[in-house]
Parts: sequence; C-alpha cells; structure tokens
Amino acid sequence: MTQPVLDVSNLSMRFGGLAAIDNLSFTARGDHITAIIGPNGAGKTTVFNCLTGFYRPTGGSVRVTHDNGKQFQLERMAGFEIARKARVLRTFQNIRLFAGMTALENLLVAQHTELMRASWYSVAGLLGLKPYEKATRTAMERARYWLDRVGLTAQANNPAGSLSYGLQRKLEIARAMCANPVFLCLDEPAAGLNPREDQELVEILLELKREHNIAIILIEHDMGVVMHISDHIVVLDHGACIADGTPAEIRANEKVIKAYLGQDDSEEDG
Amino acid sequence: MARGLSLAALRDAAAAGIVAGLLALPLLGFRLLDSAQGLSLGYRLSWVFYAVIGVFLGRLVLNLIGAKWAARPRSTHHNAAMARFTPSASQSEYIAGWAMIAIAFVLPFLPFVDRNVVDRMTLVLIYVMLGTGLNIVVGLAGLLDLGYVAFYAVGAYSYALLALNFDLSFWICLPLAGIFAAAFGVLLGFPVLRLRGDYLAIVTLGFGEIVRVILINWQSLTGGPNGLVGIPRPSFFGLEFRAGAGGFADVFGLAFSPAQRIYFLYYLILALALITIAFVQRVRSLPIGRAWEALREDEIACRSLGLNPTTIKLSAFALGAAFAGFAGSFFATRQGFISPESFSFIESAIILAIVVLGGMGSQIGIVLAAVLLVGLPEWFRDLQQYRMLAFGGAMVLIMLWRPQGLLSRRTPTAKLAEAGSS
Repeated sequence: MTQPVLDVSNLSMRFGGLAAIDNLSFTARGDHITAIIGPNGAGKTTVFNCLTGFYRPTGGSVRVTHDNGKQFQLERMAGFEIARKARVLRTFQNIRLFAGMTALENLLVAQHTELMRASWYSVAGLLGLKPYEKATRTAMERARYWLDRVGLTAQANNPAGSLSYGLQRKLEIARAMCANPVFLCLDEPAAGLNPREDQELVEILLELKREHNIAIILIEHDMGVVMHISDHIVVLDHGACIADGTPAEIRANEKVIKAYLGQDDSEEDG
Repeated sequence: MARGLSLAALRDAAAAGIVAGLLALPLLGFRLLDSAQGLSLGYRLSWVFYAVIGVFLGRLVLNLIGAKWAARPRSTHHNAAMARFTPSASQSEYIAGWAMIAIAFVLPFLPFVDRNVVDRMTLVLIYVMLGTGLNIVVGLAGLLDLGYVAFYAVGAYSYALLALNFDLSFWICLPLAGIFAAAFGVLLGFPVLRLRGDYLAIVTLGFGEIVRVILINWQSLTGGPNGLVGIPRPSFFGLEFRAGAGGFADVFGLAFSPAQRIYFLYYLILALALITIAFVQRVRSLPIGRAWEALREDEIACRSLGLNPTTIKLSAFALGAAFAGFAGSFFATRQGFISPESFSFIESAIILAIVVLGGMGSQIGIVLAAVLLVGLPEWFRDLQQYRMLAFGGAMVLIMLWRPQGLLSRRTPTAKLAEAGSS
C-alpha cells in the first residue's frame, strides 16, 4: 500500500499565443492538503481545468497513482472518466449545483455510476429488484451522512438553488464527497463565506483529510485559511511556478511576497 | 385608495379604448363592396363601436383583477400557511390523477358521450402519449427538440410498411416501430450532442423536415405524397372488427356495429398512454431519470461528477423517440391511411406546446394541456375560421395567467424523512 500521488510534470496550456500555464511541475501527496495560490490570472483555475479534464493540456502530463498502485494519465482521459475512474473530483469557483433539484437529489446524482450499475442500466430499477433497492438504501445512507456532516439535514428536501450561499458551498463539497474521490480539488471554497462559515469549512477540510484520507488540492485567496490548513503550497504567477514548499517557507519567500502576498504581512509581523 | 385605484383603472381602460377605436376605424370601419356597378365603399361603424367597448371593458376587468391580485396578503404568515398546504397539494394532484384515469375508463359509458367524443378523446390520448414522450427530452433532459414529429412519422411508416409488405400483426409491429424510432432518435442524437438551446432546436427542426421531405420523395417505398393506404386495422387477439362470421361481434354474440372498433381503439390507446405515463413516472426516480434532470440543470457539473453526457443525452433521445414510435404506429392503424401531410412541423409545435403549457415535467399538466390544445379545438369547430383565433387567445391568456405552465410544481424524486418538507 502506497500513498496516492498526483504528479504534474511539465504541464503547459496555451490558448493561441497566450501561455496560461507554462511548464508547470508539482507533486501533491495523498496525505497532504495542497494549496495553489497566486494573483488573479495566474492560471490557477486553468490548472484545475487541466487536472479534471475540462481542458486538454497542450503539453506535459498529469499522473494519478492510487494506493493500490493503479496509475492514470489524466491528460489522455475524457472529463467524466477522470471523475469516474481516476476519482479526481472538483468543485467550482462559481458554484455549480443542480439548482432545481433538492439537496438530497444532488447527492444522489453524484452516486450515479454505482446506482446505474446496480439498477442494471435501469432494468432492475424498473422492475424494483432487490439489488437495486439495496444500492438505493446505501446511497441514501451515504447522502444522509454527508448532509449531516455539513449541517444540511434539515434542508435536505429543499431545492439546492434556494439554499444560502454558504450552504451551497458546503453542499457542493458534500456532493463531490458522495462521488467517492481520492483527490478532491476545491476551487476557492472559502470565497463569499463569513468568518464563522470559514471556521466550519476549515474543520470539514481537516476532517476529510484525517478521517476520510482524502487528498485535497485547493485554490484559495484567503491566506488565513491557506496558511492554517495546508501542508504544502504551490505559488503560481503568469502560469509558472515561482515557489513550492511548506507554509513557513512560502511566507518567507522573497519572490512570493513581491508577486502576491505583498509587504503587509511582514509589516504586521514587525 | 381603492377609489383612486379604480379611477386610474378607468382612465387606463378609456385610453385603451381610444387606441382600439383608432385602430379599428380603418381596419374594421370601412370595407370595399364589389358589386355589379363596380367597387364602392361601405361602412361598418357598428363594428368599430363593438371593438372599442370590448377593449374598454376587457382592459377595465384586467386592471381591477390585477389590482386585487397585487393587493393580496403576502405576509410571512401567508407563506407559512402555504408551506403547510404544499404536501396536501401534491396529494390532491395524486387524487386528481387517479380520478382522471377512472373517468377515462368509464368515459365511453357516460350518457352524453357518443362515438365522436370517444374518437376525439382517442386523438387527445395520442397527444398525451406524444407529450409524455417529448417530456423526457424537453422537460426532463432539457433538450429543446422541434423535430419530434419525425419519430412519430418513423413509427407510423414502420408499422404501415411492415404490415403491408410482410403482413405482420399490429402487436408485432408495435415494438418494432418503437425500436426503429428509437434507433432514429440515436441517429439524430449523435450529430447534435454538442448543441444546446437554440442551436439544437434549429437542427432538430431541420431533421423533422428532412424526414418529411424524404417521405414525400421516396415514391417507391412510401408512396410519396399519396401516402400509404389500406393499412391493416388492429385485431382483438386475432379477431377482426368486421361484420359476418369470425368477426369480433360474431364470436362474442354481439350485434355488429362499426362503433366497436372505435371503442376498442380508445381502450388500446388508453392502455398505451397509461403504460407510457407509468413508465416515465418510474424512470424519473431511477438514476437515469435523475441524470436527465441533472443534465438539464448543469452539464458541466454532470461531467465533473463522472456522468457521461453522451449516453445520458442519447438515452433521453432514444426513449422519447420510442414513445413517439409507439404513438405513430397506433396513429397509422387508427387512420388506416398515412401521408407525409400528417407529419408537418405544426404537429411538432403542438406537441411541444402541450409539454410547455402543461408545465415542464408535470404529468397531469400534460394531460390537461392535451385536452385543451387538441380536444377543445375539435369541439370548437363550429366557430369555423375563428377557431385559431380562440386558440391563440387561449394561449395568450395562459401566458398571462401562468407563465410557467399549468402545473409546474416539481415533485422531488427522493425524500429524506427526517428533514422538514419544503
């Protein structure tokens, strides 16, 4: 048994003449929370889009190794297969829930692959056979667990679009968790949250790492959250990696302070 | 305040009346008379008067109702009461559904119902079936399909050609017609997988027309514009509906009547429509049904969760098309004659109108809309050329009154018992 690993090597993404990502390499370990930070337009979301199959990178490779040794070359897989087989799941910067469906239904859709197989591609489901009924119960149990975990049980039957912003963020994470990820990519999960919700989010993420052994990669601008929870930080600027290390190393890095963190932090410190 | 309101309403109505008068004067007030002495000008000022009065009163009523509507209590207390009543609303929908099925079953035996009514209801039920099928594609999967009539045509021609050329019975042709139509659904689905919204609508519209044009031009197979005649009628377990020995009436010791076939066709389509409805209701709460709805809500999120949009879209197209195929083969056997004329764009538009008017995704809404759009125009044939006017007027009224469709409340496919209901 080895730790799952996500290896990005020499990743490039060009849109015409613009190099959104330029020869980026980093490694995200399965027992780490990895943060990708950088100024706006640095290419952070583009990296996520390459990882999760929304863009096909113009160069380089992304390899995921599961703890059973199975390897997947993500740049060669279709988007839905990355989630299904390599089990790299993501959330979105501008929340993408199934707004008209209830919170519970959102979590059931995330378990589509398993339920579909259990329903024998709808045949067993139509006939109401045992294996499908059992799979439905399991799916409901898992949905109930995650609803409970993010504090949404009371609103389970409400349309996802009617939930408050903070709850929608949490529901999106719960939905990704229902799809059984090995790597979870969170695109600015703390954006638009109030300090109390920030705190709850941090607790949820730490619990995911500790109790569920989920490797988390997150893009975040809230340095409080980033420095508090991440084990490893990758700093991007203009599509290139300018620093890579532990939070303490990043905080002390001259180039990072100049490009992104600014002088404020050190002034406050001093 | 109420006084000021009604005064404003009066003034507004008067203004509308004046505008109507100005418009009606040239349009309705004058007319050219063509007589032996050549053309002369006639006057119809009374018509102008009626138009002004009509617009004035109509506008006044609308204003007063609108004011009342806007002034209705909308406190939180009211909302709480609404929330309390919602479960019973879904219950009443459930009861209404069963009541409708019961009425449909006893309909032919009701005292005021004659052959013609049963025949019209048969037509309505065909559209219920078509609407239910299209609802999979448009209402659930959110793929705007303007060429749905193509699958209806494929079903009808499949049945007609199989029955005429290979002498197969209706009961064998019915599933075959469904399969052919589903295959066409997949065939159409492939090229349009990447399209959404308006673009998809245009391509499907084109596909519908292509099928019709092929039917017109492929003379040797489809008979071209003359269509196919002498399509076999369905039999009751092998017993044909004809006079004389060996017919249905003879075997059951009844007096022969041509109405027997009409009643049989009615129950046949009723059974087909009920099966369709039951199937779609069941599929909706299966993973595939939820995936259709998820695809309608957000395709990108679907992909990020490992759902394959290609298969989900194709399954929606195929299943929707299959039901159109079943309905088409029933149509062919009912008419005994089909031609490309029956499968023009207006059919697609009516089926789509049924789905949209019913309130996307609502089953009872589809039944109501089918009765409204297909049944009523038949009854209003006495209005002659004003029939389409009444039809358009009804559509406008519904747009004003219920822009989201007759019944648009979505029932969740799964519920958590311990959570409060919304």
